[in-house]
Amino acid sequence: MKVRFALFRPAGRIGWATIVAILVGISVFGAAWAAAQKEDAAASKNRKSTYAALAEAPEKARQKRNPFAGDAQAVAAGEKLFEQHCVQCHGRNAEGAKYGPSLLREEVQQATPGTLFWILTNGVVRRGMPVWSKLPEQERWQIVTFLESLKLQPATAHSGNLQPVKPVLR
Amino acid sequence: MVARVCPELGRRKFPGLIFPVLIFSLLFCLSSPIRAQESPYIVTYDHYLEEPGSLEVEYFSTFGTQRGGNDFDAFWTEFEFGVTAWWTTEVYLAGQTTFNDSTIFTGFRWENRFRLLQREHVVNPVLYVEYENTSGADKILKEVEGHDVESDYAPSNAVLRKEHDHELELKLLLSSTFKGWNVAVNPIVTKNLLPSEPWEFGYAAGASRPLALKASPNHCNFCPENFIAGVEMYGGLGDTQSAGLHGTSHYVAPVVAWNLPSDWTVRLSTGFGLNDNSHRLLLRWGLSREFSGLGELVERWLGGRP
Repeated sequence: MKVRFALFRPAGRIGWATIVAILVGISVFGAAWAAAQKEDAAASKNRKSTYAALAEAPEKARQKRNPFAGDAQAVAAGEKLFEQHCVQCHGRNAEGAKYGPSLLREEVQQATPGTLFWILTNGVVRRGMPVWSKLPEQERWQIVTFLESLKLQPATAHSGNLQPVKPVLR
Repeated sequence: MVARVCPELGRRKFPGLIFPVLIFSLLFCLSSPIRAQESPYIVTYDHYLEEPGSLEVEYFSTFGTQRGGNDFDAFWTEFEFGVTAWWTTEVYLAGQTTFNDSTIFTGFRWENRFRLLQREHVVNPVLYVEYENTSGADKILKEVEGHDVESDYAPSNAVLRKEHDHELELKLLLSSTFKGWNVAVNPIVTKNLLPSEPWEFGYAAGASRPLALKASPNHCNFCPENFIAGVEMYGGLGDTQSAGLHGTSHYVAPVVAWNLPSDWTVRLSTGFGLNDNSHRLLLRWGLSREFSGLGELVERWLGGRP
């Protein structure tokens, strides 16, 4: 009983409970950080698996049609949204960066609009991509429309030899 | 706690705004701000976590009316870091000014949110675990639980700060988004780490929607899609010794968030007490900004890969 009281002493000094909580916290934080790094390293080694999530989209989701297909206004709005939310991980030209893969590769460019929408909605949480369902459905479709417009850029990953694309962002 | 260790700090006016201003300035130098789509809730949580590697710095203020005592302004700064896409960790530093009394530091909180399911579902659960080390003078009212009532906050700071709380708080964040609407419900369970203290219960719930569901092609401050409006409700549900609504307080608050193209988010909330145990008015505002690249910075500090 005496020990329990000492552990949870409500005094103003830093008590055992605080110290234990901080130590446990640091340990958990460190372990998760290491796990995240390990996962990141594994992802780099196996690029194919980076795009494997595209294949996980259910058939019904793949068949969804883009309500904004071919809409220039939607491309512009999608570009703005991409700049605001996606550039951080996927790079300014969607060419990929440390935390996100290239969206110019054929795996992405050949995916159906419905598949891209499904990935945006559900994220790829285990690989670090957050869910984006907090953006309204129309905004997610606008981003998909913008991504589809990148197909029109010259020299996509079909050749496996990326050319610099026109900077799409300010 | 700090006030106890260093009484001199407690006697001085706590520099409530200076600290976040310094932090914001430092982060501007170290990383790049990014646009966040923040929810308008101040008390309720939805299921969206911080993007991995991003740090969100938030400053909030709550002005509260107090019957039988002095009105107060409680403020806190939050540092919210996305460790992974399924784990967000956050530290709060809180203080308060009670008018005609004093300004004091009231403690810290460390919260963690864990996404439980990989994909989106109709209802998305997130586990929330928080450790609190605060004094009885803490008035941020970030959550209301147990038999928290207005009269608890009436004594002077000198009296309130004598009480220290080490609490573990658990929440199950249930949230759903459909057709632009977000609905979130957070059952709360809190345990003071003193063995004699009971488990306390509370709730928070909210609903919100952007004013427009489609983005405009232009960068604009006042586009309707930049505004998210909603309402939240929160209150206590008693404890294991006396469960129920007796002797509890409850609030309802219209909320609005303005996500500016300049990467800042402004939140406003006007909370109204729903019964005689509640503060009549809780006027809250918050300012936040999200910074990317902090993950890489931390990695470099820890000697990780460049």
